[in-house]
Amino acid sequence: MRSRKTNIFYGIDWVLVLFYIILIFFGWINIYSATNTEESFDLINFSTEYGKQLIWIGLCLPLILLILLFEAKFYEKYASIVYLVSLLSLAGLFIIGKNINGATSWYNFGGIGLQPSEFTKAATALAIAKLVSEKQFNLKKLNTQLQALLILFFPAILITLQPDPGSALVYTAFIFVLYREGLPFYYITIGFITLILFIITLYFGFSYTLFGSLFLFLIILLYFNFYRRKALKRGWIKILGIYLISALLIFSVDFVFNHVFEQRHRDRFNILLGKTTDIRNIGYNTNQSVTTIASGGITGRGFLEGERTQGNFVPEHQTDYIFTIVGEEWGFIGSTLVILIFVLFLLRIIQIAERQKSKFSRVYGYSIAAIFFTHFTINIGMVLGLLPTIGIPLPFFSYGGSALWGFTVLLFLFIRLDANRSYEW
Amino acid sequence: MKRSGLLTFLIIFIALVFIGRLFYLQILNNSYTVPALNSSAVKVTYDYPERGYVYDRNGKLLVANQLSYDIMVIPREVKPLDTLDFCSLLKISKEDFIKKMERAKKYSTRIPSTFVAQVSKSDYAFLQEKMYKFKGFYIIKRSLREYPVNSAPNVLGYISEVNENMIKKNPYYQLGELIGTAGIETTYEETLRGTKGVKYIQRDRFNKEIGPYKNGMYDTLPVPGNDITLTIDSKLQQYGEALMVNKRGGIVAIEPSTGEILALVSTPTFNPNLMVGRERSKNFTKLYLDTISRPLLDRGLQGEYPPGSPFKVITALVALQENVINTHTTIKCFGGYRYGAGKDAFMECHCGTHGSPVELNKAIYRSCNSYFSNAYRKTIEKYSTAVEGMNVWSKHVKSFGLGNYLNNDLSVGQKGLVPDGDLYNKWYPNTRWTATYNISNAIGQGEVLTTPIQLANMTATVANRGFYFTPHIVKSIKGKKLNEKYTTPNYTTIDEKYFEPVIEGLFNVFENPRGTASWSKVKGIEICGKTGTAENPHGQDHSIFIAFAPKDNPKIAIAVFVENGYWGSRWAGPIASLMIEKYLNGETIRPWKEQEMFKGSLQDEYDKQLIETLEIEK
Repeated sequence: MRSRKTNIFYGIDWVLVLFYIILIFFGWINIYSATNTEESFDLINFSTEYGKQLIWIGLCLPLILLILLFEAKFYEKYASIVYLVSLLSLAGLFIIGKNINGATSWYNFGGIGLQPSEFTKAATALAIAKLVSEKQFNLKKLNTQLQALLILFFPAILITLQPDPGSALVYTAFIFVLYREGLPFYYITIGFITLILFIITLYFGFSYTLFGSLFLFLIILLYFNFYRRKALKRGWIKILGIYLISALLIFSVDFVFNHVFEQRHRDRFNILLGKTTDIRNIGYNTNQSVTTIASGGITGRGFLEGERTQGNFVPEHQTDYIFTIVGEEWGFIGSTLVILIFVLFLLRIIQIAERQKSKFSRVYGYSIAAIFFTHFTINIGMVLGLLPTIGIPLPFFSYGGSALWGFTVLLFLFIRLDANRSYEW
Repeated sequence: MKRSGLLTFLIIFIALVFIGRLFYLQILNNSYTVPALNSSAVKVTYDYPERGYVYDRNGKLLVANQLSYDIMVIPREVKPLDTLDFCSLLKISKEDFIKKMERAKKYSTRIPSTFVAQVSKSDYAFLQEKMYKFKGFYIIKRSLREYPVNSAPNVLGYISEVNENMIKKNPYYQLGELIGTAGIETTYEETLRGTKGVKYIQRDRFNKEIGPYKNGMYDTLPVPGNDITLTIDSKLQQYGEALMVNKRGGIVAIEPSTGEILALVSTPTFNPNLMVGRERSKNFTKLYLDTISRPLLDRGLQGEYPPGSPFKVITALVALQENVINTHTTIKCFGGYRYGAGKDAFMECHCGTHGSPVELNKAIYRSCNSYFSNAYRKTIEKYSTAVEGMNVWSKHVKSFGLGNYLNNDLSVGQKGLVPDGDLYNKWYPNTRWTATYNISNAIGQGEVLTTPIQLANMTATVANRGFYFTPHIVKSIKGKKLNEKYTTPNYTTIDEKYFEPVIEGLFNVFENPRGTASWSKVKGIEICGKTGTAENPHGQDHSIFIAFAPKDNPKIAIAVFVENGYWGSRWAGPIASLMIEKYLNGETIRPWKEQEMFKGSLQDEYDKQLIETLEIEK
């Protein structure tokens, strides 16, 4: 039997690696389509974006080898330090960061931009995994819940301050991890209800929602009064409390929306909810994106044949809106295929995570599944016009070295941890 | 539920939502899917080929192309400029500048629009050097027509921008494109025009062009227009125009053996170059609104006049064919022909034979009204009813190409009129009408109307002894065969043997010392012709002449028509003979006659008529 000592590829899950290669390859094809110019058909042209991306992809190999070189225990042992370093790198942005498009999210190393928040995700996942895998860690306790929350809070708040709230939103993904590890279900329920109330309030307006919920509350009260009189006697404070909290939430939604959000944020929600239909200015991206996807039809226009893609009709279509190219040039069949590959990829991660003997590896695996899932949902949801405009990349597809490296690190750390599973007990 | 199931469930759920959304967008609601070549991402541009040239029968260039320069503007790119300098360069006023600028802005601030059209070559030279100062303006080249020979505007026609009706009728054309609107330019539009090339250009979201759409897969190359050689003899045409100066009317000369039109003169004429360039619309309006001399009317093709005496040739031929007269049939003419009992039922005759027997030959060269009235009457009365006789007569006449469009390659034309039995039945529904009701048809008055080209064609038919080729204006098109209808003879209903005696009569019109055109006789050329004087109720009689020459193996058949030219031998006769001389010999041996015609003017006559008309209107 070959051992890890002589072969760093020993125990690697090649299925995940295969998915990784497929996604990166197809992603690059679409980046090429988005950024090629008619004059040159030169793959190794480093002045173009597809050329640069090719370098980043090539550089992933030494990165992967580096990750695989270290012992799995190393990552567990130094998780906290990695986490702290990543927090420092985020904090450092406020001093020597570079401002691009209104957000100070970048370090500039001689013309090459690096976005630390793409790497913080992996560090945070390691930290959470480390925390949760501590002996006798119980997420039913408020104290431990707060500890987990703090770990998530720091990177999230630092990223929000850049400001890059979209990237910060990814940290909500950890709620699935924590739930898997014992967080009570009502957190999920509360989160869900908050989301629903948020949307309803935005859609129907503050006063209607308030009265509507009051009406609903009275019906519930009447129901209990007639059929569950006993329960009402015991639990009326609880019911009243829920209502008051809901009412407070409705108030706060209104407040946050009108006073904390900026106009551009409000616009994004209004477009999504169909309250505004200005396709020239604020609704431009969404409208172009949806139109471009629709123009693909069943089979798509073909590689390099999508005229809306080639005409650069969708802004940022090599980064956040890259799925529009899949939609236009590869059609319903290609888009569905990409979605299915993502689904299989995610399910494979979960499957592997569940088979881990080490709790650390399992939590980490779950974390990255949740992170990839969040990116996938928010990005494609936005491109399809189902979610408001939130600029985060589609893993392995979107143009950008930091994101690619960040996702690669995220995935291969897990592959490294998983390769070690036979040594665990 | 196991706790691990939640994320799995959500992943599958979201994926299904996405696939459902994709299904809705891409398959169910595919109204977004617009046809590729019309979508907002693709711009269509056209590549216009050079329009074909036009040559005369001897290879002389009549219509060519010249470059013109349009000043274009993209309003949003215009930077503050020295307006005064710019305006003086373009020869426009400041008000014009402001007006044009506003119009351009109204059209689009991003898309170029024409600021000043068709700047001359000399202005362009100045402009070119200074254009760098005027940001947002640029010059594009366009091809315009050029007419090296100042002649035959009615034949050559002109091109102009298509109007909206044209676009609706023919989807080939786009607004702002040029189309032949008169003369040869319109009849041979497709030949001269060629086919424009189409280029599809990919645009980005700012409408900026970023290259050919799909590497030019759908693009087509322009097909250049073909050159055309006309049947017109440019020298003869110009000579005819010179002879007709200050006289209104038309000359049509045809080569009988082919039906080729050698000259098609209509006066007053104008310089075809007036229809080109910036002044085009001003010039056109001026010509169009000249309702007194009507220069845009092609009198050779569109002028419908009573043919007068030349028509007697037909009357004679029909009578011969119908066997109601023969070459020896004589009548006696005492200064006229009485066709009824009434005091006014008398047609005067100026043949001056004073009762001596008149046979066919003499009747023709003396132009005896009585003789032809008689022959006509006999023709009609040969049949049991006048209607029947009239229809037979009408059929014969029409076989000469009269009374209908010649169906040729000329852009305009008139039917003329050859009456038949039905017409008179309509006119006299309750009367048994007879030949005497319309006896003046015999001498080309009455109801008969012809255009000069029909008369010329009739003359050619006589010259050919019984057939004609449809008169046409195009001799050859590079790389194409001439339409068959121009090379198949059309036979008349008159037997060939009847033509010779008539032609003898026509020959005597010149040769016999008492012939009506003996003054116009040309030494060395055997001309056959017939004078005509068409009565005109509105003023002086029209001067008409038909002729062909030489008598045997004719080379040219001609019809000349001079409005209010008093009588046939006064203007039309000499002009016809000079034309024939010019064509056959290259020059005239009667320069005094030529000068007389060049200088002769009927302007006084026209002025007098105008004044009379105005007085009547008062």
